[in-house]
This record gives sequence, structure tokens and C-alpha cells, in this order.
Amino acid sequence: MTALGKLFRTTTFKLTLVYLTVFALFAAFLLGYFALNTRRLITEQITDTVNAEITGLAEQYRLGGIRRLVIVVDARARRPGSSLYLVTTYQGETLAGNVTSLPPGTLDNAGWIETTYRRLDESETSERGEQRGEHHALVRVFQLPGGFRLLVGRDLEERERLHSIVLSAGRWSVVIVVVLGLAGGLFVTRRVLRRVDAMTETTRSIMAGDLGERLPIAGSGDEIDRLAENLNEMLERIEALMNGLKEVSDNIAHDLKTPLTRLRNRAEQALRTSGSESEYRSALETIIEESDGLIATFNALLMIARAESGQARDNMSEFDAAEIAQDVCELYEPLADEKGIDLKVEAGAPAPVKANRELVSQALANLVDNAIKYSEPKEGAEAPAPEIVVSARAEGERVLLTVADRGPGIPAADRGRVVERFVRLERSRSQPGSGLGLSLAAAVARLHGGELILEDNQPGLKSIIALPRGGPVQNAG
Amino acid sequence: MPSFTDIQGHSAFGLATEAQPDRVTMRLLIIEDDRDAAEYLVKAFREVGHVADAAHDGEEGLAMALDGQYDVLIVDRMLPKRDGLSVIGTLRGKNIETPALILSALGQVDDRVKGLRAGGDDYLPKPYSFSELLARVEVLARRRGSRSEETVLRVGDLELDRLSHQVRRGNEEIVLQPREFRLLEYLMQHAGQVVTRTMLLENVWDYHFDPQTNVIDVHISRLRSKIDKNFSQPLLHTVRGAGYMIRDGAR
Repeated sequence: MTALGKLFRTTTFKLTLVYLTVFALFAAFLLGYFALNTRRLITEQITDTVNAEITGLAEQYRLGGIRRLVIVVDARARRPGSSLYLVTTYQGETLAGNVTSLPPGTLDNAGWIETTYRRLDESETSERGEQRGEHHALVRVFQLPGGFRLLVGRDLEERERLHSIVLSAGRWSVVIVVVLGLAGGLFVTRRVLRRVDAMTETTRSIMAGDLGERLPIAGSGDEIDRLAENLNEMLERIEALMNGLKEVSDNIAHDLKTPLTRLRNRAEQALRTSGSESEYRSALETIIEESDGLIATFNALLMIARAESGQARDNMSEFDAAEIAQDVCELYEPLADEKGIDLKVEAGAPAPVKANRELVSQALANLVDNAIKYSEPKEGAEAPAPEIVVSARAEGERVLLTVADRGPGIPAADRGRVVERFVRLERSRSQPGSGLGLSLAAAVARLHGGELILEDNQPGLKSIIALPRGGPVQNAG
Repeated sequence: MPSFTDIQGHSAFGLATEAQPDRVTMRLLIIEDDRDAAEYLVKAFREVGHVADAAHDGEEGLAMALDGQYDVLIVDRMLPKRDGLSVIGTLRGKNIETPALILSALGQVDDRVKGLRAGGDDYLPKPYSFSELLARVEVLARRRGSRSEETVLRVGDLELDRLSHQVRRGNEEIVLQPREFRLLEYLMQHAGQVVTRTMLLENVWDYHFDPQTNVIDVHISRLRSKIDKNFSQPLLHTVRGAGYMIRDGAR
């Protein structure tokens, strides 16, 4: 029952039922219309025939009076398959004809009438069935001078046979339509139901935690397939996000626990070994420093998470990326100068973008900060002052914010990896920083529908934040 | 729970106190539902010579802010009974313009914007350092009698003309880059007050993120080399663990 109940509750089955009803009604209407018209046609034919007969008989009557009429009628009435005739006197005695058992009063009024009758020739042979001998006929009655009456008519058997044929045809066709419709509906419904059941089952196992599962696709390219394909794409994305999340939590665990452990160790050590106030003091100061570093890392992580979840999309404005490049360089120029690095800006022409100004500034600042960290001239090595070139320019449909340094660069094989959160190449572990600069720049670029590109600067690293180009920027001055 | 009594004696804030002998006593109201945090702040502010009260929910805070004569309100954003922004909004609706600093665990740019729009005067994300909070609160407290209207700012023999963009010390003209000028202008507007690196980054550069390296220090040392280098009396001081202050040391 439950399986059947489920079947009946499906949309497909309900649709089948509706369709079936509509179709059956339509078929019934069609048959009815057809029957009605045919019936009218037959009636018309009968009337015409009777009228023609009457014209003929009237001619005979005019030529030879009642006697001639009786003879002609008598002759015609004997012909097999003939029409119905009756000539009576005023009292109702039959003079000629092949009709009997008319209901009383039939002959009283002139004109068309539908009546029952019995044929004379069969009334004797089939005594046993009063009813069976009775037929229906459409007759026309005439009053003749002298009280004579003439009745001419045709049997309605043909019309009735047609009626019953239509009736049974209607009955059968309804039965066939219903049976075929139900069977077809059940078949289609079961097919659909099987696929939906399979999808439901897969969904359940996905909900139970197996994110690797995918919905089955029948390959027919129908709407269920398209739905399944879309859901599969969604699952793909969810799985990627989940993996990302897992990775993040692993990385957070690693990169936050390490400094936390260090912090705890310092505190413990201070408690265990320090005696003087100044020792405590310096231990506490280190601890505050460590926790500030932790907070910075944490903030950077939150920022990345925000950029990646797309929340920061609300704060978009249109501005010139060249200004950002100049501002950020202006911020870092004294620092670079102090470290003996030549920081140059190449940002002349406007490079309009529609973006979150704060985030793009921060991303660029991170790249410049990185470049400065890795460009510091080695002690002793008398090389020319290392230079960092920051540029902003529009190129086709994109705006490129580029930071090019002459530092050690990143091997091509590692470039994809360093963009991930927290990844710092082994040899840079000794450098200060949360290691999130490139990840943040990448997240910001992705938020705006762009990307972070790392290239070889031969030698050095060229980091490019590519953003979609915005509309024209009004130049304030 | 870490006990702050250990810290109290040594006082990281004490440094700021030493550097600022002319500190004016402020009356502060701290509206913060975390009792430990509130108590910590009350003690810390009292230690540097201010008067501080604490309220632990929005309604209590609002009532106290309406009654008391406070110089600055420190308001946590998420409070029981009444949200911090609503407390500030209600006060502003009654034309009470006591400066309010919003403390919040939500540190993102648009949260800050929301807080400032609701009538807050400054916004500090948690976790904060006390020296940062203290510096900002003192700036807020003095803002009413502030020098932002003056066209010529003077500290000792240093003079900054905001209209002609000229800076002189004694008889000597000092040439500054536009950004250096704004940096000095901000410091001089808050002469005698501690100005933190974050405050400089926010007000002079309009950046609300933390550049990983301390770029501000380099800018300050450049500025210092221009205004202090050839003079016996330094004006631009570093306040350890807090930030910077411009002050006429001769006073």
C-alpha cells in the first residue's frame, strides 16, 4: 500500500490523471457531436424519402382516385425493404398497406410523428414477442378527401443501430483510454519515481557525510538530468569549500598553536626561573609582543575569510588604482629607503576599478611589504641597490597592480602553493610576518573576480593583482 | 584567570603617565557586560588618575550616562538588555553629546562605519591594548575644547600654519612633504597627548589595517629629523609601549 500510495501521490501520476480526464471528456464530446450530426443526417434522409413517396402517391391519387391509390400502395407495400404504407377509411379500417399495431390516435392528426408499429408480414410469424415485433418509425399522415387517411413512413432501425454503435464505441473507447492512460501513467511515474528515489538515496548518504557521492545521471538530457547535473556541480563546490575549511582549520591549528605554545612556554619559564622584577617585566613584555603577533595573524585570517565569503562585496566603490599604488608606495617609501631599497612607482595613466578600496590597499601593501622583506641587500655583498617597481595600469579588460622585486623569487613549482593560506617556503620561516600576505592578496583578487598572478621577474618575483577594469573615473584634479 | 594585580604594580601604563605629567582627570563611564574586563578597565583608568564607573548592561549604562557628568563613554557593542549602538543613539537623540568610544569584537571596516554612523566618535576592535584605549579616550575627552578650528598651531617654538602650509621652528623654515605636513598637523592638534600608531594610520593615511611592518616609525623618524635634529630641545617624543607625543618639553 505504501509503495502504491507513494505512486499515487507523485506529481507525474496526478498529472496523468488530470490528462486522462481531460482526454476522456474530449473523446466523449467528439463522439457525441459526431452521433448527433449523423442522427440529424439520417432523419433528413428519411424525411426526403417519405416526401418523395408522398409526391408520387399524390400523383397516383390525382390520376385514379382512392382506388388507384390503394392498388399502388398495395403493390409497393409488398416489395421487400419497402417503406411503410397505410391507407385507411374514416373508421380506421385498413384498405391497403404493410403496417399494423399503431398506437390509437396516430392517424387522427395530419403531419409528422414518431410512432411504434409492427409490420403486417412479420406480425404472424413472431407471435411470441410482442415487444420484439415492435419497431419505431417516422411517419407522415395525410387526410384525404372522403375521410381516407394515408400514412407513409420509414423505419428508424438504422438510426437506432447507429445510436447503439456510437454508445458502445463511446463506452469502449473510454475504457480503453482509461486503461491505457493509467498503464502509461503508472509506467512513466514508476520510471520517474525510480530515478527520484535513487537521487533521494544518494542525497541521504551525502547528508550522512559522504560528500564524495554524486547524483546518478540517466544520460537522457531531460529536466531531471539537468537538475542532477546542477546539484552535482553544487556538491562539487560544497566539497571544495569543505575541503578548504578543513585545510584552514588544520592550518589555523598549526600556525596559531605554534605561537601560543611559545607564549605559554615563555610565561612558564618566567615563573620558574625569574627572580627579579626586571626579569618578570621583560618576560611579560615578550608575552605581550607574542600576543600582538597572534592578534595580527588572527585579524589577517578573519580578513581572508571575509574576503573569501564575499561579505566585503558591499563596500565597493569606483576609484583609480593608480592612486592606490601611489599612496601605498608613499607609505612604504621611507621604510624602503631606510633599508637601502629603491622603491619606484609607475602609475601615470588612470586605471579605473570598482572595488573595496580598503581591501585592495591592504592587499597591495602586503605585496610591497613582502617585496621589501625579501629585497634587503645581503650584508657585505656590494651589489647595486635593489629596486622594487610598483605599477598600476589598465590592460584590455583588466587593471594590473604589479609589484616587481629583485629578491630571491619563488620557484615556479611553488608559486601555486604559496598563495594558499599560511604557506611560507621553508627558507623564509626565519623572516617575520604571518605568512598570510600573499594569501590575503589572492583572496582579495578573487573577491573582485580577479586573480593573483606570480611571475618570474628574472631575477626576483613579480606579483600581479589583476582586477576587472571598472568604468571611467572622474578625475578630481 | 590571569590576575592583573601583578601587572598593576609595574604598570605598562605607568610609562604613559610619566611622559604626561599634565594629565587632566577625566570622568569615564565603561559600559561592558564582561565584569572582569570592566573591572580591569576601571582599575587601569584609576591607576593613571582618572575616575571611572562601570555599568554591566545597556539599560543601566544608559541611565548612568543620562545622570552622570561624564567626559567620555566607553561602550561595548553587544550588551544585554540594550545594544551599545542603541545606547549611543538614544543619548544623541536627547542631545547628549558626550563623546563615545565603541569597543567591539567585530573589527571589520563596515562594522566600524556602522558604529560611527550610530553616533559613536571612535571605534576600537577587541582585543585592544590599554595604552591604545587610553590615548584614544584622552583625545576624545579633549576634543571639545580642541584646536581643530585654529589656523596656526604652536608647540614651543614650532609653528604650523594650516592655511599657508608653512612650518617654522624658531626663525627657520622647515620644508615638509604633504604627508609629513599632515602627520605633524595631527600630532600638533593633539599636542601633549599620546597618539598611537594606529591613530596616525587611521587619521593621516586613512588606512584601517595593520601594515605588517611598522612603517609609521620610519615616517616619524623622518619627521623628527626635520623638526628636531638641529635643535637642542626635542619636541617629538616616543612614548614607549604606546605611541608618540608632541610636547613643549620646556614647560
